[in-house]
Amino acid sequence: MTSRFARFGNALYTGERSLNFVGWGRFWLIVASLMMIASVLIPVFKGGFNFGIEFRGGSQFQVSEVQNAKQSVATDAVASVVPDMVAKVSVVGTDGVRIQTDQLSDDETKQIADALAVAYNVPAANVTHTFIGPTWGADVSRQAIQGLIVFLVLALVIMAFYFRTWKMSMAAILSLVHDLVVTAGVYALTGFEITPAALIGFLTILAYSLYDTVVVFDKIKENTAEEAVLLRHTFGESVNLAVNQTLVRSINTGVVAVLPVGTILFVGAYVLGADTLRDISLALLIGIILGTYSTIFIAAPLYAWFRQGEPEIRKHDAATLKARGAAVKV
Amino acid sequence: MAVRQTPVKKAWRSLGWLIALIVGLFALNLGGVLWAGGTWTPKLALDLEGGTQIILAPKLESGQEVKPEQLDQAVAIIRQRIDASGVSEAEINTQGGKNVVVSIPGTKIDDETRNRIESSAKLEFRPVIAATSSANTVVQPSESPSPTDAPDEESSDEPTGEPSSEPSSEPTPTVTPTDASDDAWITPALQDQFNAFDCKNIESSGANVAPTDEPLITCDVNGIEKYILGPVEVSGETISDASAGLIPNAQGATTNEWGVNLVFNAEGAKEFGKVTTRLYGLTDNKNRFAIVLDGSVISAPTTRAVITDGKAQISGNFTQQSAKVLADQLKFGALPIGFEVQSSETISATLGTSQLQSGLLAGILGLILVMIYTMFQYRALGSVTIASLVVAGIMTYLVITILSWREGYRLSLAGVAGLIVAIGFTADSFIIYFERVRDELREGRVIVSAVEAGWKRALKTVYAAKGTNLLAAIVLFIVAVGNVRGFALTLGITTIIDVIIVILFTHPMLQLLARTKFFGDGHPLSGLDPMAHGAVYRGAGEFRVIKEGKGKSALSSSKEAARRQTIAERKAAEAAELAAKGKK
Repeated sequence: MTSRFARFGNALYTGERSLNFVGWGRFWLIVASLMMIASVLIPVFKGGFNFGIEFRGGSQFQVSEVQNAKQSVATDAVASVVPDMVAKVSVVGTDGVRIQTDQLSDDETKQIADALAVAYNVPAANVTHTFIGPTWGADVSRQAIQGLIVFLVLALVIMAFYFRTWKMSMAAILSLVHDLVVTAGVYALTGFEITPAALIGFLTILAYSLYDTVVVFDKIKENTAEEAVLLRHTFGESVNLAVNQTLVRSINTGVVAVLPVGTILFVGAYVLGADTLRDISLALLIGIILGTYSTIFIAAPLYAWFRQGEPEIRKHDAATLKARGAAVKV
Repeated sequence: MAVRQTPVKKAWRSLGWLIALIVGLFALNLGGVLWAGGTWTPKLALDLEGGTQIILAPKLESGQEVKPEQLDQAVAIIRQRIDASGVSEAEINTQGGKNVVVSIPGTKIDDETRNRIESSAKLEFRPVIAATSSANTVVQPSESPSPTDAPDEESSDEPTGEPSSEPSSEPTPTVTPTDASDDAWITPALQDQFNAFDCKNIESSGANVAPTDEPLITCDVNGIEKYILGPVEVSGETISDASAGLIPNAQGATTNEWGVNLVFNAEGAKEFGKVTTRLYGLTDNKNRFAIVLDGSVISAPTTRAVITDGKAQISGNFTQQSAKVLADQLKFGALPIGFEVQSSETISATLGTSQLQSGLLAGILGLILVMIYTMFQYRALGSVTIASLVVAGIMTYLVITILSWREGYRLSLAGVAGLIVAIGFTADSFIIYFERVRDELREGRVIVSAVEAGWKRALKTVYAAKGTNLLAAIVLFIVAVGNVRGFALTLGITTIIDVIIVILFTHPMLQLLARTKFFGDGHPLSGLDPMAHGAVYRGAGEFRVIKEGKGKSALSSSKEAARRQTIAERKAAEAAELAAKGKK
């Protein structure tokens, strides 16, 4: 009745099976660097991000419970009021229509809302309209960036105290930066819209990515402290063992975190007006996957690499390898 | 058995605390519902309930900052305007120390209300047709002299009795008024209205939204004088600048007297010139024009000259302070700073309901998936996770409902998303804990002691990890605006509740379950089966389950593998250690 996954966990725990994350650290760090460079270059070549209406400013209408969600109906309705206006019409779910235009005056907004209600044959209450000034999104993002910086600095300091080494703290923050940059890169590459809700998602990645790293680092700290007095493992090996021993946890946590986020994304993509849900969850989904990956493939090897050069660690590693050679001879 | 009894007692005590906590929260909310207007459901934000939200941003020159008191004043003024329009339940908040957010639940607001909120203020110049001291304000506090109420007038409470009786004696309803100062505007009906008018009721009289082409009955802002004013002759938008300054005398030397300098644009200058030309020739009250702001007269100076260059000066018993206030009012309208609409959003109730439903649907689906996965991974132990999630859910619901009642917190779609995302984060505490217990089982401990040992290690990790989560939530909450705030709050609340649940529920449950036959004996379905966890112990005298045959693959798989040491290895290691020490 043993679950295969649990057996896999046992093997990882004892070291019977071991995936060599730290040994391949150099490779993974190069991959991470390349991904980050690509993430920075993509928006440069693609001409930036696809910002949502909250950042561009404009007017938006949503028509719900439509019988026949044809796009041309909306285009015609908008054109009947403001002939030159280019309307971006999208059908959401099965019975919702969303229309985005450039900024309109109050009068035009009202007329278009009425025209849409008539054109789609729905009660006026089913048409909602939103006007967003171009400064709103900028405001939100400025706050977000402030929050980001404050958080990074605080987290760096607090973790340095908790783990008693700033190298762990640095490794954790660097892998977090990687997650944020690559998530942004994914957004630039795919052209997903960046909205304030997506920003909320980005900020939550902070919490998740660091959280995930802290759990694994806690185990690394425990292992390396124990191993420092023994000559069983080199420093890198102890780090790697810790990563392996928490691998089942990492996978389970990743899956458990992704499941609800995935459901929000699924529901958000099919329901009109649930854009907030969709945008938050999309950013989070990418971030959680990256966060789980980066803890294992970036944060841990980075930490091992940071400390490799320390004299004490070198001495310990040399003694361990020597003892191992002796043991094999025996 | 005495030793074993302690954890059990502790477990029951913890569970007791948890029950007390939940009952406490429940009782608090019950009290709220019974006596203090609480509810059993949290209040919903506009995106879930439907309604209109307007965000007003101050118009600032670069480098200019909004002072908190300016913002408070703006909020107070906007609140008055909305209250006057009879819209109930409107919420007006500040956001990020500079924006004003007006939230009005319900489907739609009428254009009048919208204008009232969005217009920075309505400023008009109307000629005075008649004025009298208000009979309703006999008591005027002497400690607050108010020079703004009638500059250029000797005193505002000087009884100017004639208009109250005079105009009514010549009822000329059929005559068309020739200009804005014509007595013909005063019909008997208007006269009665004027006589009955009480300055206290100015808010509800609708004076601030009166049509511009009709006469207006109103009072000055302090309720001292009441007026019949002609139609609007110059509108406030034509003022291009207003400033407070010391008034020069006839020789051009500055005096100690403060006044307000007004500059009109071309259109305003023309209109103002026409008005002053007419008023200059009139006498008594008809010589005055009123500066009307949101329906109240802020000043009604006399006309001393014909002003055609668009530069007017209002003098009176101003102090530097009061001159500045009037100048600001003239420049920006009633609000201490100019505002513009940053976003205006209307959500229909239908859409709100459908968003709420989709949020709930996503939550339930997510929860079910998490449950299935944990049952699959942790077997019967998964039920502890599910029970913990349920208890956490109940607590979160109560806390949010209480927050909504006490602090006016409103659950938004972003908040709902935060709650759903939290399911995964919360479940992770249990995963950390269970994995630690399994680690201890692998070390060869029996279940009861594995639970205790695993707990000690897990708790430390949970604290550290949840600490980072809480830090993120707090930072977000402090710097963030609007939606992000709601999200950060739910994230923070669920993090704290998560820690409480792990300590007061999950761990005690596991302590108790470890003593049942099903879990204690490590039933294969319990999720705590020592055999399934290859219970292996590196020391002597304990059982080893893993077959040595598998060891080969471990040796070959990688040199980093944590090989269990043979006696030979251990001896070699000890020798090497000694050698290393010797070298020092």
